[in-house]
Amino acid sequence: MNSYLIRMTVPWLCPFLLVMSIWILLRGHNAPGGGFIGGLVAAAAIAFWCFARGVEDAKRWMRVSPLHLMIAGVSTALISGLMPMFAGKPMLTALWHKVEVPLLGKLPLGTPILFDIGVFFAVVGVTTSILFSLEEFELWNRSGPS
Amino acid sequence: MTTIIESEPWLATVALISTIIILVSMGMTVVHLLRGPGLSDRVAALDLTALLLLGAIVLYSLKTGNPMFLDVALVLALLGFLSTIGFARYLEERNKP
Repeated sequence: MNSYLIRMTVPWLCPFLLVMSIWILLRGHNAPGGGFIGGLVAAAAIAFWCFARGVEDAKRWMRVSPLHLMIAGVSTALISGLMPMFAGKPMLTALWHKVEVPLLGKLPLGTPILFDIGVFFAVVGVTTSILFSLEEFELWNRSGPS
Repeated sequence: MTTIIESEPWLATVALISTIIILVSMGMTVVHLLRGPGLSDRVAALDLTALLLLGAIVLYSLKTGNPMFLDVALVLALLGFLSTIGFARYLEERNKP
C-alpha cells in the first residue's frame, strides 16, 4: 500500500500489538484471554505489517517461517500433553509447580501455560501462512500468469 | 466491593445520557452505511461504528463495574482500524487499471 503515513506508523505500532498479545496469552486460564486470542492478535500485527510494507518485508520482519512456527507450536503442545504421562498420570493432566520468585512471591507454573504457548505459536503460524499465500497469489495474479 | 457507580451516583446520569447519545449516533451511522453514495463513505461509516461500539463497551464497563470489558475496548481500539486499512487497500487495488 502506497501511503507514507501508514508505512511510518507500522514499526511503532506493531511492537505494541505483540506485547499486548503476550499479555493476553499470559492472563489466560484465570481471566478472559489465552493462547488462541493472543495468537490472533499477534497475527493481526503481522498482517498489518504485511498490508503496509508488502509480503517480503513482513517475512523478513518475522525472521521465522510460518511452517517452523506451526511445527514448534504443535510440538510444544504435544510435549505439555505428554509430560504428565511420565509422572504416572493420564495424558493432558495439569501438573503444577510453585516457583519461588525473589521479591514477588510464589509463581505457579504448570503444563496449561505450556499448552497455551503451543497454541499461540500454532495459531500465529497458520494465520500468517494463509495470509502470505493469499498475498503472493495476488502478486502473481497481478504480474500476469505468463 | 462497591462499584464506582454506587459510590458516585451522578455517574449513573452521565452514563445514561452518554448511552442515549451513542445510540442516536449509531443509528445515524447505520443510515449513512446503508445510503452512502460511494463505497468509501460506507467504509468510513463502518470505522465510525467500531469506534461507537468502543464507547458503548466502556460505558457498559462503567455501568457493571467490571474492568474486564476495558481490555476488550483496548484490543478493539488497536485492531479496529485494521479492517479500514484492508478496505482501503482493496479500494486502491480496484481503482488501479
